[in-house]
Amino acid sequence: MTALQHVKLGTYYVVHLPEADDFDFWRERARALAQCDVPPDRIAWVEPGGSGDLFAHGERRMPVPPMDAKPVRANRRFVSLAKNAILHSDPERFALLYRLLWRLQSNPRMMEDKADLDVRRVEELDKNVRRDSHKMHAFVRFRLVESEDEEVGEHYVAWFEPEHHILRANAGFFMRRFANMRWSILTPRGSLHWDTKTMSEGPPAQRSDAPGGDPMEDLWRKYYASIFNPARLKIGAMLKEMPKKYWKNMPEAALIPDLIAGAQGREAKMVEKGALEFEERPDTLSAIDKAIHACRKCPIGQLDNHAVMGEGPQDAALMIVGEQPGDQEDQVGRPFVGPAGQLLDAHLEKVGIDRRAAYVTNAVKHFKYVQRGKRRLHQNPGAKEIDTCRWWIESERAIVKPKLVLAMGASAARGMLGKTVSISNVRGAPIPLEDGSELWVTAHPSYLLRLDGPAREEQARLFDADLAAVRERLEELS
Amino acid sequence: MAQQTILQKLEILADAAKYDASCASSGTAKKNSLGGKGIGSTEGMGICHAYAPDGRCISLLKILLTNHCVFDCHYCVNRKSSNVARARFTPQEVVDLTLAFYRRNYIEGLFLSSGIVKNSNHTMEQIVEVARILREEHDFRGYIHLKTIPEADPEIVHQAGLYADRVSINVELPTDSGLTRLAPDKDARQIEGAMGKVKSDLVEAKDARKRFKHAPRFAPAGQSTQMIVGADAATDADIVGKASRLYDNFRLRRVYYSAFSPIPDASAVLPLKRPPLIREHRLYQSDWLMRFYGYKPADVMQATEADGNLPLDIDPKLAWALKFREAFPVDVNRASKEQLLRVPGLGVKAVGKILASRRHRNLRLDDVALLTQSITKVRPFICTVDWRPITLTDRADLRSLLAPKSEQLELFAA
Repeated sequence: MTALQHVKLGTYYVVHLPEADDFDFWRERARALAQCDVPPDRIAWVEPGGSGDLFAHGERRMPVPPMDAKPVRANRRFVSLAKNAILHSDPERFALLYRLLWRLQSNPRMMEDKADLDVRRVEELDKNVRRDSHKMHAFVRFRLVESEDEEVGEHYVAWFEPEHHILRANAGFFMRRFANMRWSILTPRGSLHWDTKTMSEGPPAQRSDAPGGDPMEDLWRKYYASIFNPARLKIGAMLKEMPKKYWKNMPEAALIPDLIAGAQGREAKMVEKGALEFEERPDTLSAIDKAIHACRKCPIGQLDNHAVMGEGPQDAALMIVGEQPGDQEDQVGRPFVGPAGQLLDAHLEKVGIDRRAAYVTNAVKHFKYVQRGKRRLHQNPGAKEIDTCRWWIESERAIVKPKLVLAMGASAARGMLGKTVSISNVRGAPIPLEDGSELWVTAHPSYLLRLDGPAREEQARLFDADLAAVRERLEELS
Repeated sequence: MAQQTILQKLEILADAAKYDASCASSGTAKKNSLGGKGIGSTEGMGICHAYAPDGRCISLLKILLTNHCVFDCHYCVNRKSSNVARARFTPQEVVDLTLAFYRRNYIEGLFLSSGIVKNSNHTMEQIVEVARILREEHDFRGYIHLKTIPEADPEIVHQAGLYADRVSINVELPTDSGLTRLAPDKDARQIEGAMGKVKSDLVEAKDARKRFKHAPRFAPAGQSTQMIVGADAATDADIVGKASRLYDNFRLRRVYYSAFSPIPDASAVLPLKRPPLIREHRLYQSDWLMRFYGYKPADVMQATEADGNLPLDIDPKLAWALKFREAFPVDVNRASKEQLLRVPGLGVKAVGKILASRRHRNLRLDDVALLTQSITKVRPFICTVDWRPITLTDRADLRSLLAPKSEQLELFAA
């Protein structure tokens, strides 16, 4: 009646598996043993190369299940876990799976009990195998072998050392991905070869069987080093996903120690070169005055010159911004005292703006020049220099809080807006600024100085018109 | 200047692309190269082929076609007024590089972006040309992510979607005022308009495929966007609000956050200290809470502190739990899935395991310990058959008990 008739009591069974990853063979044997009611502790499972000698006296013949034996039940969850877990390198895996199968017969819903130790273990094995497969998909690196035989063409060969018996199970992935490419994957557990039509298996290989390099690896290493952002070093995150054991077969991994070592230095250099560390914003005009004299954040500050601070009432409604101090301003230490300043004064007076009531300053605080003999010739500041100096003009604006800012020239406009605008496009109308004040843009008086004849008259007329519009707007605002 | 080699160009144009956070290659339609003429496959799960020491995954060849740009965005290393070395790839060079890397299994595909040269349409056409050569001439079936340019002609952007797995448009900054200030050439309304157009293309293509089996796919991995954190004054509450609006309005797959980091040749308008990297991490955590844990944006905003930012020392889920202690403790043997998902320290997987296991046994504290990463973190917020956190939940110093200890060590490090 029971299976016991067919099983000798106390017999110890030994099952030799033909391959370490042969799930179908295990399933067939396990089914027969379970049908004969052989308890888990009476079976030894031995994989190729395993320690089978210990069980030399075990029974190798399988018991024959009785005709009326109950079918062995296993749910889908168990089968899918078992198919993966069997690829694990843990020699205990076959016994564990059999024990689970055995217990499933009396408790079909056991796989749901995640707190059970056997269930947890098989899930862990499954997880390890899936991770190993995933890392194989990621970290296999092919190297090109050019064949002399024209017919054969390019052949890509990889050397990989998986932790578990996953090679055969992942053949499909590489076949689907590289269907029209000849490739081989060599591992210490066996090898795979694909010739664009058929897959074949080969014996275990050694590292020396695989090619030693590929010219493309220089480009790949350059890419790896360039895409890395030294400003954010997270070595732990890298090691978690790319443990050191994989490094030896990845061409880019050789760079890692140097990249890490150089990172802090590279970031410091980046900060020094580009993003300048400004301290807290100064909150008085005299603090700004002091700070700009010490400012060396752009090359202009390195020249032989003096910073020129803005001047005028601290509560002025109008702020007039020029480009930068000129030769005379640099010597006197006050803005707009040279030829352009005199011209400005004349036009202001003509339209009825009191310069003494306005705060007059420059977008760039130092005089930029080139030395020609005894003379210092004016040079336009670069966009980056203007942007660097915005820190100071913004600090001045934050203290004076003018209702209206008049920017004269393209440099001044950039200093206020952060972008380059065309004067002819924006002049004559207000541009709202973030703090609620408004910006008017006009030409720089030195532009008028460089013209003569009708052109100068025309520009002078436009300049006056802009100044008059500013005066009217100021009256409206106050 | 001497002709640049491919190696020199790659160095410049990969370096220029590294400030884009996204490198995902997941969630697209399944395809493989069997029966085709070329190579390539995508099987759902993304694959990270390497990790850089910055902890970021390298999945795609992420480069710019060129870093010449007519725009002048302050946070961008490639802005017109920046002093960086410039280079330019031809579409064919990008194609060759992509295929050579792919054959050696270095990458999952290509993520192509570009500075704006000549004008937006010309640039977009060049980007699309790369994708066209890869798909049509080489039958490449790997992953392609194209950055689209909001100012370009919608017809060209549509073309990009037909070749690419994913398209993305960066919103760049969380607030419109930040955008006006730091990216003076860009326009928030135009960016959102372009995202809206991509969304309707996505919906239309999906609908067409329901009716016609061979209707062309349009960006099967959807669209994503990126925001720079810490370059303007936006608080975490602003950012979370903006992100949730973007998810709702444009059906985005992902919103990426990129902590503003010092860039070579930065503009003086930027804040010059970088925000702590952990801030970016907290934002991603809040993103996860909204996408997988059933938190509403309002819930996340409740977890922020007085200044509108998420606490940096503890994660947003714990911050929420500490503010709403009346919602705890939760009985793991009876509570609903939604309640369990609110328990700090219980992830989506752990909750799934608890729900499955409690049908078989009444869970004790030891059982829960087997199902979670850290029982100490969970303990104050749950009850089991043999455990009740009688006073723990009400303790005023609970936060300091649960916050990671490393912060405290720094006191002595200084």
